[in-house]
Order: sequence, then C-alpha cells, then structure tokens
Amino acid sequence: MAVQKELITISTHRQKESVLAWLFSAPAIILLFLFLIVPFLLAIGMSLTNMRLIPNPNVPTQFVGLQNYLRLFSDDVFKKALINNFYFVIVVVPLQTSFALGLAMLINEEIKGINFFRTIYFSPVVTSMTVVSIVWTLLYNPGEGLINAFIQAISFGRLGPYNWLTNTKLVFPAIMLMSIWQGVGFQMVIFLAGLQEIPSSLYEAAEVDGANGWQKFFNITLPQLRNTMIFVVISTTILAFKLFDQVKVMTNGGPSNASMTTMLYAVETAWGRLRAGYASAITVIFFIIVLAISIAQRFLTKEKGNGINA
Amino acid sequence: MPKEKTSPVITYLVRKRIKTGLKYALLILLAVFFLFPVVFMIISSIKENELQVIMDMSSLRAFIPVGQLGVQNYSDVFTSLNFGQQFYNSLLIMILTVLAGLLVNSMIAYALARLRFRGQNILLSIIIALIIIPFEAVAIPLLLIVNKLPWFGGATTWLDTYHVQIFPFIADAFSIFLFYQFFVNIPKDLEEAALIDGASLFGIYWKIVIPLSRPIIATVAILQSLNSWNRFMWPLMVTRGEDVRPLTVGIQAFFGQSPRLWGDLMAFASMITIPVLIVFLLFQKWFVRSVASTGIKG
Repeated sequence: MAVQKELITISTHRQKESVLAWLFSAPAIILLFLFLIVPFLLAIGMSLTNMRLIPNPNVPTQFVGLQNYLRLFSDDVFKKALINNFYFVIVVVPLQTSFALGLAMLINEEIKGINFFRTIYFSPVVTSMTVVSIVWTLLYNPGEGLINAFIQAISFGRLGPYNWLTNTKLVFPAIMLMSIWQGVGFQMVIFLAGLQEIPSSLYEAAEVDGANGWQKFFNITLPQLRNTMIFVVISTTILAFKLFDQVKVMTNGGPSNASMTTMLYAVETAWGRLRAGYASAITVIFFIIVLAISIAQRFLTKEKGNGINA
Repeated sequence: MPKEKTSPVITYLVRKRIKTGLKYALLILLAVFFLFPVVFMIISSIKENELQVIMDMSSLRAFIPVGQLGVQNYSDVFTSLNFGQQFYNSLLIMILTVLAGLLVNSMIAYALARLRFRGQNILLSIIIALIIIPFEAVAIPLLLIVNKLPWFGGATTWLDTYHVQIFPFIADAFSIFLFYQFFVNIPKDLEEAALIDGASLFGIYWKIVIPLSRPIIATVAILQSLNSWNRFMWPLMVTRGEDVRPLTVGIQAFFGQSPRLWGDLMAFASMITIPVLIVFLLFQKWFVRSVASTGIKG
C-alpha cells in the first residue's frame, strides 16, 4: 500500500515536472518556430515560385520548380556577388586571423599599462558598423581624405590620391581594411582566452630544452590553439558571407556591382525589385554555404577530440 | 678581466630595455591605428564650419580641435533630425529585447538542463541545430510573414512598429545554449536541499538558479544588447518612417541625403557611439568575458 502510494506521488511529481518543463520551454519554442523555423521552410518553398513581395494581380504566384536556381547560374550580378564573398574570405580570413593572433600574443604579456592597450584595441568592436562605415567613407574621401593624405605623406607624394570607393578595383579592398579594423578585436579576445588556457609548464619545459621563441610558437602555441583557431577561422568565414551593413551604407554594391555581396543582392532583389521568390533562392544558396562551413567546423573540431581520446 | 664578466650582463640589460621600448612603440602605434577614426569623428563633430571639416582632413589638423568650435552640429542633429526620438526607439527596442530574451531563453535552458521530460534530448538537439541558421537566411520570408501578422487593436501588419523589431530576436538558440551550458555546471546540492524543504520548481528556478547565474546573465545581456543596438538590416527592411526607426537606420537615411553635412553626420555618429563606449569602459571586463565565451562554441 505504502509503496504504491509513494509510486503514485513520484509519478505525479514526474508529471508535474514534465508539464512545468514544457511550460518553461513554450515561449522560446513558439518564438523560434514562428520567427525562425517557419520562415526558413518558407524560404525553401518560396524559392520554387515566382512570388512577388507585393502581390501583383497580373502576375499570379506560380510554382516554377528549379527555374530560379537555374536562372541564378546565369545571373552575372549574382556571380559577381558570390565571387566577392569568396574574395573577402580569401583575403580577410588569413589577414584578420593572423593579425588577431599577433595582437593577442602582444597583449598577453604582463607589462605596465597593458590593460589600457587591450581596451583600445577592442573598442572598435562595440562601435556599430553603420557608424564605422560612415566615418570611414569620410576617411576614404577621394580628394583630400585623410587616408589619401597619409599615403601621399609616407610615399613623398609619389602615390595617390586614389578614388577608394568609386574605383572598381579599390572599393572592395577598402571595405576589407575597414572591416578588419572593426572586427579584429573580437578575434583577439577569443585568442587571448585561448592563450591563457595553455599551461605555462609547457613553455617552461621547452625553455629548459633550449627552445627559442619561434620554436615555442610553432610547437606549443599553434597546436594548443588548434580548436580556437578553427573557431575563429570558421566564424570569420561565416561573417564574410553575411557581409551587408558596410556595402549597403558605403557603396550600395557599386560602382557597377564591384562591391555587391550575396546578402545585399538578396535584399535588393526582394525589397527593391520585389522579386521575393528569386531572392529566397539566393538566401537558400547562402544558407547552404553557411551550413557547409559549419559542418566543416564540427568535423575538424571533432577530429581533435578523438585525437585526445585515442 | 672583470670587464668581460660584466659586459654580457650589461648587454643583456640594454637589450632588454630596447626590447621593452620597441614593444611599447608597437603598442602605441597599434593604439593609434585603432583610435584614429574615433578621435577624428569626435573632433570633426565639434567643428562648426562644414568647409573646415573637409579642409582639415588632409593634415594633422583633422585630429586637433581648431577653428570655430561648438556644439552647433549636435543641436542640429537634435532639432532637424529628431535624434531624441530615434535614440529612444533604439533604447526601448534594446531593453525590451534583452529583458524578454533573458527570461525566455533562460527558462527553456533551465528546463533542458534540470528538469526531466519526454522529448528533452530531441528538443536540445533541435535548439543546437538552429544555431546554424543565420537570421539573414530567413529575413526575406519573415518580411512577408510580418507584413500580414495581426496585432492588438485591429492592426493587420507588423511593419513600422516596435514589436516587429523585438519579437524575432527574443528567442535565440545561441543564448539558450550559453544558459544551458552554465546551468548544467551548477552543483545540484542547493536545489536538492530546497526541494526537500518543499520549494516549488518555479521557486527553485527564480530564487536559486537565477541569482547564481549572474555571470551568464551578464554575458547574454551584453551580447544581445550589442546586437540589438547595432542591428541594421532588419529595421531597414521593416521601418519606413522616423517614428519607430532606430539610430542605425536614421543615420543611414541622413547619410543618403545630399549635400552631405559632414559635421552633423559626425555629431550623429558620435552620439550613437559615445554611450556604448562609456558603458563598455564601465563594464569592460564583462564585455571581454562575453566575447571570449562565444569562442567556447566550437
């Protein structure tokens, strides 16, 4: 009898716990469902139609199969946008990652006033990209801009002035430099956290063995930072594919699409030209790229875990 | 003979001195690189003569407060650009998003970490999988959805409202994940003791777990606040008037007008940036910790 009663209380307790758990989860589940999962599935569905952003009675929405995707393959603006994203990855990811690692190693030393420098290096990260883009547009001013003046001064007037944001070859590198300036502090802090987790005994042992600075860097620091490095490289790559704010504010993709990016093209297509179906196809491709990169990260990071276990 | 003995010591000391000197030179050079745009922005914002802002740009005068100085640009931004309204919009959207987000995300994370229920593991896997979907991938269909959503008082669209800028960002899979990781690592003793004392499960969440979770609350709050304050693409898509639009869209709209009034623009930019910089300086350690914690994700 008593045992049975106890079992009943346990099971009612379990039931109560279960109900409470779902109550606790409900708000997040509803919000994620409505604002993430539904639109995500809708994006896939819409990408197979010719849907307009504002319904047009003359062009009823129709299922068009893979037509949008096929059209993307021959869309020169889309190709240019995608190439630009890859261009950004190839240049910015290695530069920004090594710059961030260098900064992290520099500020990891316990010397006087180091906190002051840490704060300054990190401060662009908290500045909004919209603001940064506007300030740098002025810095890149074609005639008497500060950056032109600086380049002319250090080259004794031999170089420049350049039309940074209106020259098709210079516009993207100019945006890259600015993006590195704004974003490198973020990765620096992540590397710093990684550096501080490396046991100092490893370095001490290496010193006893007479290792020099480079040897310590290549044989201890880099291997120990492997997972941090993978994380930084992957997250910077994903950010590069999301590139939007800078190009929207500074150039709106111009001149002649030289700074067009995938996200900007998707938004311009949906919002400017009202072609929601076609724009959805662009975001689906964008998602597939991000997914592939994320899977690569999990794959690479796991490998290390297995290595340790083995 | 003794000379030979001391000289290596002296060269060592001299070398060390030079090395430290070079290190500081490098640190300062980098500080200049990271600071110059911000200093330039603030200095230009107090120069009242528009022509002078441009003329000073080709020399070091860009960083020196010279000429006709004052707060005229600032008052221009307040009076002709309705800065106050847009500042209020950004602040309101940020506070509501972050507060609601802290509650909603920590609650589901608590259920996942501490309560036992059917479907728990599947739910956790789904949440972790959702981290991968970037908002950018759903923005366009979401625009169609919010365009047709009803709201209290008979409204049939969410466009040009505050809630359209808040609701999509309250629940956040990554914040849930951060909370979950933290809750899993809190020792269970306290909760068990409270349970024996007859505390309700909600009471345990509210009175024991949440007060213990200040570090993770700060982390999530900082990350979400920065995201909200700096958010640009979505409000650009869903707001048209000045009434509800945030500062980022406001300054971009002003930037698009010609002729560009650089002094006013720099004052506008400074007023978006300086509050965040002050908060950052006050809670520096927490900011750095928050960013560092995102790295654990791998």
